Parts: sequence; structure tokens; C-alpha cells
Amino acid sequence: MTWPPFLLHALLAGTAIAAAAGLVGYFVVLRAQVFTGDALSHVAFTGALAALAVGIDERFGLFAATIGVGVALGGRGRADDVVIGTVFAWILGLGVFFLTLYTTNNSAGNGNAGVNVLFGSIFGLNLSEAVTAAIIASVIVAATLVIARPLLFASIDNAVAAARGIPVRMLGYGFLALVGAAAAEASQAVGALLLLGLLATPAGTAQRLTTRPYSALLISAALAVAEMWAGLALSYTMPALPPSFAILAVATGGYALALLSTRRRAQSVTASVVVSELSSKINH
Amino acid sequence: MILAEGPSWNPIIDLQQMWSFPFMVNAFRAGTIVAVLAGAMGAFMVLRRQSFAGHTLSLIGFPGAAGAVLVGVAASYGYFAFCLIGALVIAALPRAGPGGYSEESAVTGTVQSFALACGFLFVALYKGFLNGINALLFGNFLGITTEQVALLGVVAAISLTVLGMIGRPLAFASIDPDVARARNVPVRALSVAFLMLLGAATAEASQITGTLLVFALLVMPAATAQALTARPVRALALTIAIGLLVTWLGLSVAYYTPFPVGFFITSFAFAGYVGAQAVRHAPSRWRAGGTPATPTPPGTAP
Repeated sequence: MTWPPFLLHALLAGTAIAAAAGLVGYFVVLRAQVFTGDALSHVAFTGALAALAVGIDERFGLFAATIGVGVALGGRGRADDVVIGTVFAWILGLGVFFLTLYTTNNSAGNGNAGVNVLFGSIFGLNLSEAVTAAIIASVIVAATLVIARPLLFASIDNAVAAARGIPVRMLGYGFLALVGAAAAEASQAVGALLLLGLLATPAGTAQRLTTRPYSALLISAALAVAEMWAGLALSYTMPALPPSFAILAVATGGYALALLSTRRRAQSVTASVVVSELSSKINH
Repeated sequence: MILAEGPSWNPIIDLQQMWSFPFMVNAFRAGTIVAVLAGAMGAFMVLRRQSFAGHTLSLIGFPGAAGAVLVGVAASYGYFAFCLIGALVIAALPRAGPGGYSEESAVTGTVQSFALACGFLFVALYKGFLNGINALLFGNFLGITTEQVALLGVVAAISLTVLGMIGRPLAFASIDPDVARARNVPVRALSVAFLMLLGAATAEASQITGTLLVFALLVMPAATAQALTARPVRALALTIAIGLLVTWLGLSVAYYTPFPVGFFITSFAFAGYVGAQAVRHAPSRWRAGGTPATPTPPGTAP
């Protein structure tokens, strides 16, 4: 059986993107920054459409907007949710403006550009786009793995980590830049509106399955990749299902199974396991 | 948007001209109802710090409306059904303790993206509806019928009456739940009732502003008002006034330009918020009367 090129491109980009989103997403959930991820999904929409409206590469706008806003939100410490909400509500209004600008100036162009940005078009990637996405995602994976250990420590207990000489502020900025990059990558796969699912769902499932942080990190990435493959396969065999829906449906199903099959564990158990594990490793 | 010529800049003539079109009259009526309702709900939402819940509720309307169109009933029913069910689901989730937040937010994020994905599936299944998706997401104020305005008015009247009845204990329970509980205020029941009201309000407002921009009308006037005053009643009145002003301005400007109403409403509201923050952070001697620095109102503290 020969696979059609669009499926191979989707698999290549999707695998790398899912691994990056799974790794970064674990920390997003652990650090309780899901609302920030929610805000970035709106920012991604506006960034992509602004780039389209002025006629440059959509991905350039995506990365510039998500990384820029991610780092700006990080500058406020843990920003207040009313402030985040007010800012992203306006940024979204700006996105609507760019959408109108783009569709009225390009009547011959793609009238569904807004829909593609919001809900993704992973089956529409060409070879060079897929390769670029995969390379950037691999860089995000590598960077996350490099800072994983100090980041984990800082996420669980910021004060103790700072006392041990870990540069927690720098780490926070660096991490939000990674979240921004991962959000831009994820919106190429499942779209700006749904990227939160790719970040939060595998991570939430992994936290359900284990209390050990390194295992949870790897499980989150592995789950994201497996769910990406299953979703792509499902959408390929049943063309009525859009790929973004199929990927998120599989991921949500996985979370529901994990919820049903595990007893509720107290989060404090997770925290104490993490702290003891990290302290022992750092002491050695 | 409709006329080739611009405004005459005489407000009376411009208003007469705009209101000579029945759809503009309906747009103003609907916008007024929605602004009052969303303002009142938003003031409590910001006070209770439930922005994430409010945002999720407003997004849940999208699959509701898309599903309703798919099965062939009016989108209004879909909005109301999904927003009210969503409110019940969020109310059923236990409020997170300090340690449980990370798990609760993961669940909320999952539910939210899955709901949006379902909405996209419904739209994809209903072929040919793809152009309508922008109206669902970003609103369309041109096609509002008189019956819709009547329905909006009835729902708003009921919601505001209920909110008026529970307003005082709700504010008490929002500001200090522990003391309220000790005084036998039914905190949990009030929380469920408020989420249902919030669901009804988002379902209503979605039909004018679209699912993606409802949240702007909920959060921005309330955030602006609470940056300006710490007194609950004054903040509530100010919230509604700001909501009305930005909605009317947005509708009027959108009428004369090719750009969508949602952009203008969010931009005016954001300009108001930035202005309010500037006033709040300005040195107190610059303010009229040299009033002493106001205490940081709840919901706006960084």
C-alpha cells in the first residue's frame, strides 16, 4: 500500500508537534497556566491573520504573536485572570479586523482562511511546511528536555528552587517562550482554537496515570503522539471527520478513560513525591 | 457597511438615517438588551473571579448553535441548551482547593477544546454552511428579527429579575464566602444559580456578538468599572453604562465602515479599560478633588 503524500506530511509534522505539545503541556498544567494557554490560542489567531492581511508568511505572524505575548504575560509574574481576559478579548477583536481586511482585499483568495487558522488544516501541509514544522518542534522538544529538571523543581516549589540558586525568573521567561512556540506549532496541526486541547489533555491524562514527574512527562509526550496518530488514522479512514476533531476526540476519550480507571489521588501526594525525588537527586 | 456615503456628522440626522432601517433599529434594541444583561452578569463574574468559567461557557455556545443548525432548528435553542447544560457541568465540578487547581484547569481546558472541536465537526458535516461559521463565531447584527428581540427581552427580564433577587446575598457570598456560610447564606446554591444566569446571558449575547466575542462584553466593562470604583453598587451601574456606551458606539461606527461590529466594540471597551487603568495609576493629586487613593478593588489586583 502506498500512502498519499499529504498523509505522510501530516504524520511527519504531527508526530513532532504532538511530542512538543505533550512535553510543554505537562509543565503548563503543572504550573497552573492553562488560562495562559487559552489566551495564546486567541493570540495565535490574530497573529496568523495579521500576517496574512499584510501578505507575509502566516507562520511568521503565528510565532511572533504567541512568543511575544507569552513572554509579556510572563513579565507580570502570574498575571491576573481579569487582565488576561481583557487583553485577549481585545486581541481577538483585532483578529476579526484582520480577517475582514484579508477577505475583502483578497476576494479571489482563500475565503476560508479564517476557518483554517481557527480549526487547522494538517492534511493541507506540503513537504517543506511539514519539514519546517518538524524541525522547529524537535528544537522545542530538545529545549524542554534540557530545562526539564530545574523547571520541574521551580514549578513545584519556586522559593526553595530559588534558594538553591536556580534562576527561576529566567526559567519562567524561557518556559513561556517555549509555550508560545509550542502553541504556534500546535495551531498548525489542530488550529488556533483547539491548541489548548493538545497542550492540556495529554498532560492531564498523564497526571492521572502516575504521580512520578519524569514518568508523567514522558507519558504525556507519548500519549500526545499516539493520540495524534490515532486521530490522523481515524480521520483518514472516515473522511467525514475533520482531522482536528478526530485528534481531540481521541485525546478526550483517553482522558475520560483515565478518569474512570484511576481513583482520585490527592495533588499533595504528587507534590511531596516530586519534592522528595528532586531533593534526593540534587543532593547526590 | 451598508451605505456608500459616510456620516453627515450631525448626530440627529445620522441617527434618523440609521434608524430608518428596521434592521438597525433591531440591532440597537438587541445590543441594548445584551449590553445591560452582560454588564450585570459580568460585574458579578469579575467580582467572583470566574473569568475562565465565563470564557468556557461563552465558547460552549458554538457547538450548540452549529448543532442546532445541523439538525434544523433555530440556533437560539442550541445556544441556550448548550450554555445552560455547560453551566450545570461547571457547577457540578468541585471548586478547586489550592492544590487541585492544576487538575481542574486541565479538565476545563479539555472540555472547552472538545466542545469547540464538536462545533467544527457539526459545521463540517453540514456542508455549505461554512460561510455561516464566521457569523456564529464573530456575530452578525444585521439579520436580527423583531421576534428575536422579543425573545431576548423576555430572557433578559427573567434573568435580571432573578439576579435582582439574589444580588445582595450573592455579592456577600462572592466577597467573603466563609463569613457568608457562617451566617447561613446558601453559598453553594447561589453559585449554581449564578452560573445558570451566566449561561443564559452568554447564550443571549452570543447571538449578537458571536461566540468568540461574548466574553469581551462580559469582562471588559466590568473590569473597567471595578478599576474605577471599589463600591459594588456604583461599579455595577458604571459597568452597565460602559457596556451600553461601547455597544452603541460600536454599532454606529460599524454601520458606516466595512469592518465588523465586534472589532469596534472590543476596541472601544479596551480603550476604556486602558484609560481607567491610567486614571487609577495616575498620582492622586491629578485626580479631581484630590481624593485619597482608592483601595485596590477586588478583581483588578495584579
